[in-house]
Amino acid sequence: MSAAPDPAASSAPPSLARRLLHDRLGLVVLVTLVVVVLAAVLAPLLASYDPGQGGLLDALAGPGGDHLLGTDGVGRDVLARLLFGSRISLLGAALAVVVAVVIGGVSGLVAGYVGGWFDGLGTWGASILMALPGMIVLLAARSVVGPSTWWAMAIFGVILSASVFRLVRGTVQAVRGELYVDAARVAGLSDLRIIFRHVLRVVRAPVIIQVASIASVAITIQAGLEFLGLGDPTVPTWGGMLNDGFKKIYQEPLLVLWPSLMIALVCLALTLVANSLRDALENSASTQPKAPPMDAAARAATVAAAAATAAAADGGTPILRVEGLRIGYGVPGGVSEVVRGVDLEVRAGEVLGLIGESGSGKTQTVFAIMRLLPVGGGIVGGHVLWHGEDLARFSDARMTGLRGRRIAYIPQEPMSNLDPSFTIGHQLVEPMRHHLGLSRKAAHTRALELLARVGIPDPPRTMKAYPHEVSGGMAQRVLIAGAISCEPELLIADEPTTALDVTVQAEILEILRSLQQDLHMGVVLVTHDFGVVADVADRVAVMQEGVVVETGDVREVFRAPQHPYTRQLFDAILTEEDIRPAYALAGAVEEGPR
Amino acid sequence: MLRFLARRVASGLAMLVAISTVAYLLIYLAGTDIARNLLGQNASEEAVAARAAELGLDRPLLERFIDWVSGAVRGDLGTSWFSGAPVTDLVTSRLGVTLSLVVLSTLLVAVIATVVGVLAAVRRGWVDRVLQVVSLVGAAIPNYLVALLLVTILAIQLQWFEPTGYVRPEVSLSGWAMSITLPVVALIISAIAAVAQQVRGSMIDGLRQDYVRTLRSRGLPEWRVIYLHVLRNAAGPALSVLALLFVGLLGGAVVIEQVFAIPGLGSLSVSTTTQGDVPVIMGVVVVVAIIVLIVNLAIDLLQGWLNPKARLS
Repeated sequence: MSAAPDPAASSAPPSLARRLLHDRLGLVVLVTLVVVVLAAVLAPLLASYDPGQGGLLDALAGPGGDHLLGTDGVGRDVLARLLFGSRISLLGAALAVVVAVVIGGVSGLVAGYVGGWFDGLGTWGASILMALPGMIVLLAARSVVGPSTWWAMAIFGVILSASVFRLVRGTVQAVRGELYVDAARVAGLSDLRIIFRHVLRVVRAPVIIQVASIASVAITIQAGLEFLGLGDPTVPTWGGMLNDGFKKIYQEPLLVLWPSLMIALVCLALTLVANSLRDALENSASTQPKAPPMDAAARAATVAAAAATAAAADGGTPILRVEGLRIGYGVPGGVSEVVRGVDLEVRAGEVLGLIGESGSGKTQTVFAIMRLLPVGGGIVGGHVLWHGEDLARFSDARMTGLRGRRIAYIPQEPMSNLDPSFTIGHQLVEPMRHHLGLSRKAAHTRALELLARVGIPDPPRTMKAYPHEVSGGMAQRVLIAGAISCEPELLIADEPTTALDVTVQAEILEILRSLQQDLHMGVVLVTHDFGVVADVADRVAVMQEGVVVETGDVREVFRAPQHPYTRQLFDAILTEEDIRPAYALAGAVEEGPR
Repeated sequence: MLRFLARRVASGLAMLVAISTVAYLLIYLAGTDIARNLLGQNASEEAVAARAAELGLDRPLLERFIDWVSGAVRGDLGTSWFSGAPVTDLVTSRLGVTLSLVVLSTLLVAVIATVVGVLAAVRRGWVDRVLQVVSLVGAAIPNYLVALLLVTILAIQLQWFEPTGYVRPEVSLSGWAMSITLPVVALIISAIAAVAQQVRGSMIDGLRQDYVRTLRSRGLPEWRVIYLHVLRNAAGPALSVLALLFVGLLGGAVVIEQVFAIPGLGSLSVSTTTQGDVPVIMGVVVVVAIIVLIVNLAIDLLQGWLNPKARLS
C-alpha cells in the first residue's frame, strides 16, 4: 500500500531527500509516518481482537487489562479499531491525492505550457472548485452516492485538484519563460521532450510539498465526515470512532482522545514534512542578521577627536562632516565591511560630487548619513557629524525630525520609490503637514507650486495620479519636489539621473542646480558619471572599494587627477560619450504623464 | 471603478450559474430512488410511481432544471421532499445562525491576525516564534479536534461554558455570546495563524521596499510608515488569503455546529444529507455559493480600493 506520505519520501529528488534527512525534525516526522503506515499494513498481525466484534458485557472497559486501550460503547477493542481505521484513513487520503495530482497535474501542465483557451477554462474551473467549501460539496455528494469513503475521497480529490492545477500552472508558466527552455526549443527538441527533461523536473518538488499538505487536508475532511456520522458505520474509521466517542463523552472521555491523537499526529506529521521540504527547497535561514555593534574603544576615541576637530574648524563650519566612516553588515561568523574609511565635508550651499563605480560604497555612505541603512547593516567605526554633533547619538525621534526637514533625499530609481497605493498628492502633502504643520489646504497649494517648480506641466492632474500612471521622468520630478518641500539645508541625491533617459537627465540636473542655488542647499550628489560631476559639483570625492581615494575642488581634480583610479574614471567618460548618441536616439521617448 | 465593479459582478454571476447548473445536473442525474425511500419497502409499484410523479420526478431532467431555475431567480428554491416545507424558508431560517458565527469569526480573524502579523514582522522575537509554531500546528490540527478539546476541558471538566446549545441573541445577548464563544474560538485559531503569517510575510517584504526608505527619509514617524503605508500595501495579499479562509470557515462551521449542537446550515445539511432530501441540499449549495460570491466581491472591491493597480486588471 502506498499511503499519502510515501510519494513524498520516495520520489523526492535525491538532494532534497538528503537535505530532509539532515533536518532532525524532518527525520523524526518521516519515521513517525513510516511507523503509522507500517501499523496500518500490519494491522491484522498487531491487533489481538476483531475490530468489528464486541459484546455489551465488555462495553466501556478502561485502558489496561485485556484491552490495551479499552473498549468502546459496544465493547469493541479500541486499539484494533485504531489500527484498522488507519488503513481506511490512509488509503482514502492516498486516493484523494492521486486523483488531485493526476487531474490537477496534467491540466496544470497543459494550461501552463500550451496556454490559450484551455488555460482560461482551467483557471475558471479551478476558481469554481475553490468557491465552495469542500465540506458542503461532500455533503451534497453524500446525499447521492451514499456513505462511501472512496466516493467521498475521489470527489474531494477533484476539489483538491484545483490547488494542484494552480501550483503546476504557475510553476510551468515560470519555467516556460526561462531562457534554457527557449534554447531547447530553438535547438529543435520536441515539446514532449522539453516537458520531460526540463519542465517536470522543476514542477516535481513543489508538487511533492503540495501532496503532503493535501494528504493532511484529506485526512481531516474524511474524518470530519465520519465524525458527523456520515461515514460507513460498518467499517472502523478514525472519524467514526470520534463520533462514537463523542456520544459517550460523559462516560468515557478517553474514547475521543485516541482517534483525536491519531488524526492530529498524522496531520501534524504531514504538515511538518511539507514544511521541512519547503525549507530544504528554499534553503531559507529565516534568522535576521544583526547589525554589528560599534567597537566601544574606537567610539570613545573618535568622538573626542571629532569634538576637537569641530571646535577647531574655522568660519565656514561644514553642515555635514563624515570622518573615518566604516559600515559593516553582520554575516554568519563575523562582520563584512562595505565602507572602510570615508571622510567627507559639505558646507552650506556647496555641491559635493561623490563618484565611484557601483559597489564602491557610495550609496551605503549616504544611507549611513541618514541613518537608514538596511536591516543588518550598521556603522562600525567613525562618525557622521551634523553641525558638529554626532548623528549616531541622536534619539530616534530627533533623527526623524531631522529627516525630510533638514536633510532630504532623492533616490535613484524613481518608480520604486513612490508608494504605489497612494496618490502622488498624498505623498507630497503628508510630510509637509507633519514637518511644517500646514493645513491640508495650505499643503495642497504648496504641493501644486512645487510640482510646477520642478517642471510638471499639469500639477493638479499629477496630484491626483497614482505612481503607476506617470512616467519615470515625472516620478523623479515628484520625488525632487518631495525632497525640497520643507526647504532642507542638505540634499542627498543618490544617482538621481541614472534610471532616466538622456534628454530627461539633462533637465533633471538643470532643475537640481537651480533649486540648489535658490534654496542655498548643501548637496551630496552621488553618481558614477564624471560628466554629471563636471556639470554641477563644486567639489568631488572619488570612492573606490569603500574608501575615498581622492578629494578636492572639481576643477583641480579634473586638471590634475592624483589617484590612478580617478584617471581611469576619466578614461571611462570618453568611451561613454561615444556610445551615448545611439542611446539618446533609442531612449528619448515617453516623457510626460501617460 | 464602475467598470471594475461591473466586471466583477458579471464574473460572479457567471460562476453562480455554472455552479448551480453543474450541481443540479450531478445531483439529479445520479437520481436516488427517493419515492421508494419515502414510502417504505412495502409500498406498491403504483404508489411509488404516483409519488414520483407527484414530486415531478417522471419529467425530463432538462424540463425540471428549467422549472427550478425559473423558480430560483424569483427566490423559490423548491420544496423539501420530506417535510414539504419551502426550501428557501428552511435555508434562510438556519442561515442567520451560521452567518453570524462565520462573519464574526472572519472579522475577529482580520483584526487579530493583522495585529499579530504586524507585531511579528516589526518586532520579531517571541511574538514571531509563537506565531510560527501556532500557524504550523494550527494548519495541521482539524478545527473540530480543537472544538472537542475545548468542550472537554472548558465545558465538561471546568464547566465554564455550556457544552452544547445555542442561545438566540434576541433572547439573551450575553447568553448568545457565551454560547458562541467556544465555537468561534475553535474556528478561528488556525485561521488567525494563517492570515497573520501572510500579513507578516507581506510586511517583511514591504519594509524592504525602496519607497519605505524614501518615506522614512521624508521624516515621517515610524508608526505612520508602518501602519499607513506598509500595512496598506500588505493588506492586498492578506485579503486574498482571508477570502479563501472565509470559504474554509463556512465548511468548518458545518462540523463545529454539530459539536456544539448549533442549529445552523451545518446541522440542516447533515440531517438532509442522511435522508437524501435533494432539493434542500441543492438549496444549501446555491445559498452558500451566493454568500461566497458576495464575500469575494466585497473583498475584490476592498482590494480595488486599497490597490489602485488592481482596478486595471
